[in-house]
Amino acid sequence: MSMEVTSQFFEKNASKALKDPNLRKAMQIIGGPMASRRVETARELPEFEALRDEGVKIRNHVLQHIDLYLERFEQQLTARGGKLHWCRTPREARETILALCRSRDAKLVTKGKSMVTEEIGLNAFLEEHGITPVETDLGEYIIQLAHEPPSHIIGPALHKTREQVAELFEDHHPDYELNGRKAGPRSTEPQVLVTEARHVLRDRYFQADVGITGANFLIAETGATVIVTNEGNGDLTQSLPKMHIAVSSIEKVIPNLEDLSTILRILARSATGQEMSCYTTLSCGPKRPEDIDGPEEFHVVLVDNGRSEMLGTELQPLMRCIRCGACMNNCPVYHSVGGHAYGWVYPGPIGAALDPHMIGLETARHLPNASTFCGKCEEVCPMRIPLPDIMRYWREQAHEKQITPPLQRWGVELWAFAAKTPWLYRLGTRIAIAALNMLGKDKGRFAKMPLASGWTDGRDLPAPQSAETFMSQYKSRKGSRK
Amino acid sequence: MSSRDRIFATLRAGLKEAVNDPGRRAAMLERIKTHPRNLVPQRAQIPHAQQVALFTAKVEALTVTVDSVPSEKDVPGKIADYLTQHNLPARLRVAPDPLLQNLPWSDRPMLQVDYGHGRSQDLVSVTPAFAGIAETGTLMLHSSSTTPTTLHFVPDHHLVVMKESQITGSLEDAFQRLRDKLGDVDNWPRTVNFVTGPSRTADIEGVPVLGAHGPRRLHIVLIADGTP
Repeated sequence: MSMEVTSQFFEKNASKALKDPNLRKAMQIIGGPMASRRVETARELPEFEALRDEGVKIRNHVLQHIDLYLERFEQQLTARGGKLHWCRTPREARETILALCRSRDAKLVTKGKSMVTEEIGLNAFLEEHGITPVETDLGEYIIQLAHEPPSHIIGPALHKTREQVAELFEDHHPDYELNGRKAGPRSTEPQVLVTEARHVLRDRYFQADVGITGANFLIAETGATVIVTNEGNGDLTQSLPKMHIAVSSIEKVIPNLEDLSTILRILARSATGQEMSCYTTLSCGPKRPEDIDGPEEFHVVLVDNGRSEMLGTELQPLMRCIRCGACMNNCPVYHSVGGHAYGWVYPGPIGAALDPHMIGLETARHLPNASTFCGKCEEVCPMRIPLPDIMRYWREQAHEKQITPPLQRWGVELWAFAAKTPWLYRLGTRIAIAALNMLGKDKGRFAKMPLASGWTDGRDLPAPQSAETFMSQYKSRKGSRK
Repeated sequence: MSSRDRIFATLRAGLKEAVNDPGRRAAMLERIKTHPRNLVPQRAQIPHAQQVALFTAKVEALTVTVDSVPSEKDVPGKIADYLTQHNLPARLRVAPDPLLQNLPWSDRPMLQVDYGHGRSQDLVSVTPAFAGIAETGTLMLHSSSTTPTTLHFVPDHHLVVMKESQITGSLEDAFQRLRDKLGDVDNWPRTVNFVTGPSRTADIEGVPVLGAHGPRRLHIVLIADGTP
């Protein structure tokens, strides 16, 4: 009952996405300004590359001591009056959160942005149990109105055009009137739409019984959770209701405030190209007796959902991820197919590496293949996660476990056998080149070719210019140069 | 076996032989106790006068407006000017902080000043800040009985009154000041807010728009009290 998975249909989803003109427009934004802002702000900080190394060091240190830091975090959080709930599975996390909401007799819950709550399918579950969750991050709000999953981890609604957003607002708040709009079509100006969402959501913050946020980091030193946002919705969500629940996952723990400082320097620059996001908030415990605002209860729900099993395996580097989205902003495959094609919470290169572990390789087997191995994701990853290596690992696993279709497996094995037997390989290429040359001599190209429709559907395949293979041409030229 | 125990058991299995290393616990405790600084950018390691200039330049680049005043007694006048300039009613919701309560508000009898947390009807808040961070033009604020957090997020206009001596170079400098002020970690406030410019979003077609859910405008009245 977690978020619906459609990763097994990646090929179909991707073909559909390639023909969606709105998506093409949206992807130009992600591949254009979003990717270039990162480059600009990184250039303005001479220490940026060295800070990435420091970040990797911090995370690697934590992973070697993760049990101890988590214990310390729990102890400090408890000392500040907060309560920690350990949840192994999405189901356990949902039940825990529901029980907390019920203890407050909650009807309305406001939510800050949290990928872990997407992972556990929280909204649908709360709705089923008579509690209304309202997403307050603008992007999340838009996709909640559209009943869609996020397509990007930091810009969940970037696949929507302004016209589509205006249409959604018209459907969901038809009575809303902004200064000057009495009749006629709704403006599609982002500024006007943002103001409309601000007004509509304003009352919700004050009406909510419980506020649920995520947490980017957990600080062992003080027992604080940290959120990083730009809109201020997360802070309104967590400071106005009587109960604040922060939902996060175990690998987000870091030792101290100095380590937080270092990672913050690379997070915003990698994510949005800002030097610092507008709001970075540390929360520890409920309101103090002398405070005049803040929640009366503070709960942290820590979800494992298979993460602990990655420790000590090839997948351990994935536990360094700070969810900045730089890998998707820079991925040619993501730019082509968009986030929804990946079919689960985490799209792009990080999804291709992480999703097979979280939803099963059988379901997610296409994702590690959705890569050109250009290496850009690893190049921009602030935590230097070897994403292509991990995708390669999954391809090998899929082959070994016979998850890949038989025809594909036999093809690879046949090719491997030939590649390891030079005389056979050369014989094969000689025959193939001679045949292609003979068949394509007249036109010089092929409009159709068995087994190669993936190429010939979009363009012609050029016919070889002579019956000579590369090796024989190479040898004869090398000889003539002597 | 509880979920907590099972998660820890899996983690410890993943650590393999390293789990028995007796130095691990000491390394964790040491890192928390001594909290050594990692690499701090050169940009932040400059004399205080330059930190003030960098802070001002950084916040202004984020559309924050800054009024420099020679002394505390000039603050109410500057705030009244801000309200007039933005066509706002002469009503302020102010943090019940000693610095702000002791300002000569009576010099401006038209100003309606009341103290408390942020409410939906409040258009303009006035709060102190704990520190300013030059590196990125960031304000550091924290909750307490006299500095309610809701004033930082609910109103449309957030006005901050602070002193030049509160400006530091780096995030680490600001955290150290907070540690020095609080002493033990048991005194840690419920929340610490870092604010870098007014609320913004780029969630519709990547177009940057100010004033998403938090304050649309951030204004700083900076008292020139020199170097600490």
